[in-house]
Amino acid sequence: MSEPVRVTRAIEFSSSLRLWRRDLDAAENRRLYGAKAERHGHNYRLEVSLRGAPDPRTGMLVDLKDVKAVLEREVMARFDHRDLNEDTDCFEKAPPTTEQLALVIFRLLDAAFPPRLLERVRVYEGPDLWVDVERESRP
Amino acid sequence: MISLTRRYRFPAAHALRRGDWSEAENERAYGKCANPRGHGHDYAVEITVSGALDPRSGRLVDPAALDAVVEEAVLRRFGHRMLNEDPLFAERVPTAEHIAVAVHALLAAPLAERAGVALRGVRVRETRNNTFDFGDVR
Repeated sequence: MSEPVRVTRAIEFSSSLRLWRRDLDAAENRRLYGAKAERHGHNYRLEVSLRGAPDPRTGMLVDLKDVKAVLEREVMARFDHRDLNEDTDCFEKAPPTTEQLALVIFRLLDAAFPPRLLERVRVYEGPDLWVDVERESRP
Repeated sequence: MISLTRRYRFPAAHALRRGDWSEAENERAYGKCANPRGHGHDYAVEITVSGALDPRSGRLVDPAALDAVVEEAVLRRFGHRMLNEDPLFAERVPTAEHIAVAVHALLAAPLAERAGVALRGVRVRETRNNTFDFGDVR
């Protein structure tokens, strides 16, 4: 009964952003990022996968109500209908590429959930492009 | 581990049949897919790459470089073509399994050389209901 299972919860949020490095001038940013250097937006879809053995009493890995509350606090409140560059301090060092966004969300959620519960974060920039950040498996 | 997956599409025709088999053998193994005049699909291929983030751009890969490699090596080669006529399928029936293996073979070297990323896996979606994975697919 203690076989590990995976539980995945999805949410969607909409944000504006531009790929822009503060230490580069406008011409260099436009050369590096093309059209993405201009302000634009995406409907992001986030899939959060948790892995572990279900609680033998409830038969559940986690209470999805708790997962929803964590996602609301850590992701929705920070990013939904916000500007990733201006409204958060998460992208001051590196611009909000979907790769960086996925890494930031993995770190935020990994700190919010019990240790090692978070297995993977997948961020869809659109239906045809997504980034996965997975826990490094240590032997 | 961080990986990025991008989906591309190409329409192509194929027929599942072996030249060294009789009509009856082809029919038995491949059913209606053995129709010698062929049939076609809107293939989608999902390309998963991984590597270190470029410290300059904060990206795993320049999307324009990824698109260019896939466009040149795969989409132009297979899109709007009869796959049985491609030399890659001279000795192998162009099943979706073989297409996944072929796409992997066509992309691994140019992605490393021209886009600076490692190819992890290829998923071929032949129809909405049938998918075929080769390598480490995300």
